Amino acid sequence: MLRIRRVPAMLAALLALVATAPLAALPPDPVDVSAVDRPGDGGAAVFVRWRVPAPDETARAIVERSRTVAEATREGAAETPWILVAEVDPLLGQGDGYLVTGIPNSKGDRHASDEIVFRVAFIGTDGERTPAVEAAPVVARANAFLLDKIPLAIVCVVVSASVLAWILLSRAGWSVKIRRIAALEAIDEAVGRATEMGRSVLFVPGIQDMNDIQTVAGVTILGRVAKTAAEYDAKLEVPTARSIVMTAARETVQSAHFAAGRPETYDESSIRYITDEQFGYVAYVAGRMVREKPAACFYMGAFYAESLVLAENGNAIGAIQVAGTAEASQLPFFVAACDYTLIGEEFYAASAYLSGERDQLGSIKGQDLGKLFAAGAIIVGAILATLASLSPSGPMAGASTAFRAFFGG
Amino acid sequence: MLRRTIPMLILASAGLLLIVAKFSPFTVSWQETVLGWFNILAAVAFVLGAGNLLAVNLEQISSRRPGWAYAAITLFAFAVTLVVGMFKVGAVPNGMHPDIHLAGAHDVPQAPFGWIYDYMLVPLTSTMFAMLAFYVASAAFRAFRAKNIEAILLLGTAFIILLSQTAAGMFLTGWIPEDSVFSFLRLDVMKRGITEHVQTAGMRAITIGIALGVAATSLRLIFGIDKSYLSKT
Repeated sequence: MLRIRRVPAMLAALLALVATAPLAALPPDPVDVSAVDRPGDGGAAVFVRWRVPAPDETARAIVERSRTVAEATREGAAETPWILVAEVDPLLGQGDGYLVTGIPNSKGDRHASDEIVFRVAFIGTDGERTPAVEAAPVVARANAFLLDKIPLAIVCVVVSASVLAWILLSRAGWSVKIRRIAALEAIDEAVGRATEMGRSVLFVPGIQDMNDIQTVAGVTILGRVAKTAAEYDAKLEVPTARSIVMTAARETVQSAHFAAGRPETYDESSIRYITDEQFGYVAYVAGRMVREKPAACFYMGAFYAESLVLAENGNAIGAIQVAGTAEASQLPFFVAACDYTLIGEEFYAASAYLSGERDQLGSIKGQDLGKLFAAGAIIVGAILATLASLSPSGPMAGASTAFRAFFGG
Repeated sequence: MLRRTIPMLILASAGLLLIVAKFSPFTVSWQETVLGWFNILAAVAFVLGAGNLLAVNLEQISSRRPGWAYAAITLFAFAVTLVVGMFKVGAVPNGMHPDIHLAGAHDVPQAPFGWIYDYMLVPLTSTMFAMLAFYVASAAFRAFRAKNIEAILLLGTAFIILLSQTAAGMFLTGWIPEDSVFSFLRLDVMKRGITEHVQTAGMRAITIGIALGVAATSLRLIFGIDKSYLSKT
């Protein structure tokens, strides 16, 4: 009798246990859920923050966001208003918060998103999901200045200031002595040789357009080569791979002929457009070199795979060759096949060097100051990295990391 | 006066704008506009280029100068490609607008324009590119002649790198244990040391110099100190 009386009580206890079992395994809901726009960025990024009351019971955090107006009205859009952003380690939401990027811009404003609501839910250790907790709406806005570019801005200001300072100092009469650049001194020799041999001078201004600064530097050197050729009455040929470069080269060569006092010798047809196609251009120039056998070849500008084809053909015909490029990967080919090569910064310094003007020479000095700054930074970085490796947990490790981060490492 | 002042002003304002655009998202659209202007200029200049191509080659044919047959072939190829591309001759009809001829695809291999590109231009340019191997061999032969200390160093380095890239490299030194004190004699370790330390250091030095050169040249152009690119006539 007693046993029969106990059955309902036991059943009730069992039911209560079954009913409360899933609730007992659920972790507590996320608390203090918030979403803030990332400061100093180009927009499209938001920090989502939350607190985890019971880290031991929480396996994952699910971050979702509401749809933008465009996403909600798009044809075939899903019915749910939420988009899964990420399923992450719950502890990532603490501190700075979890960074959500790639938020679409508003249709009417390319510098801000629509109002977006983020919500966070936890998944417990047994896979059960808590109800999602919403944060206040947030707008991801672009800021006026990109904070992660501050180191670059500082370097830019230092280099620009040193260049401008040296320009002003050279104007004020400070001595500006630049070392001799053999490749530029060889221009007269090369053009003179072509004149003596009665052959032409070939100038190749690279294969890029005028929006590439290497082409600008190449066309500047063309001015000097054309002036020398005009003075010596040597025939100059300039095949170009871009129409604008042809126009700029014509202006430059015509100016050089005027400057040399020989405007009547200017021949517009010697500066011609060939093709934009890289290897089509190379085929023309290489064929021309083999047939016409120019005595001097200048390669000044942006070059890629064609550099060696041109330089080897020039070498095969016995031309004196002067090359200049800032394409580091092509420099070994020019060094191997040409008589003189302007390496990287020398190529950019050529214009100032050839002009002989104090202002321009001063800018090269300023550039050297920038180089000194770079060398100093490398030495400091190397010392910090060495000290950090000797004591990985010491203060130098932090300093080394901060120094590397400052320079974008 | 105006021929020099106006281009200088355009260059200075566009240059400064592009610098600011690097640091502020609000000027990115201005940067895009400036680059768009350049594309328009380039498109207009392309007409100049095509005109020059026609003029030079027609003159060569009419004066029967040596190589005039090449000029004739160039003009023929130019005319055929231009007509086939511009009028979309034989274009594959567009599934959504089959009745509109100009909506068809002309840059697929089934269309004449795509066929010319895929089966004429690409093989020709590939042929030119393939010749590079022979030029590399001849340049290497000349550069690696051991005539002075620098050339001997270059030859030695090239020998190590080339050998380590082949199976012979592993065959010759692969038996040296990687954790032994003699592991530095393994060709793959030597190659790694050369490329990661010696080569990287040299390339970075050149790259830093180039970056500073670009900055100084840009400043000279933006502030109108270097005017050599402008016409003096």
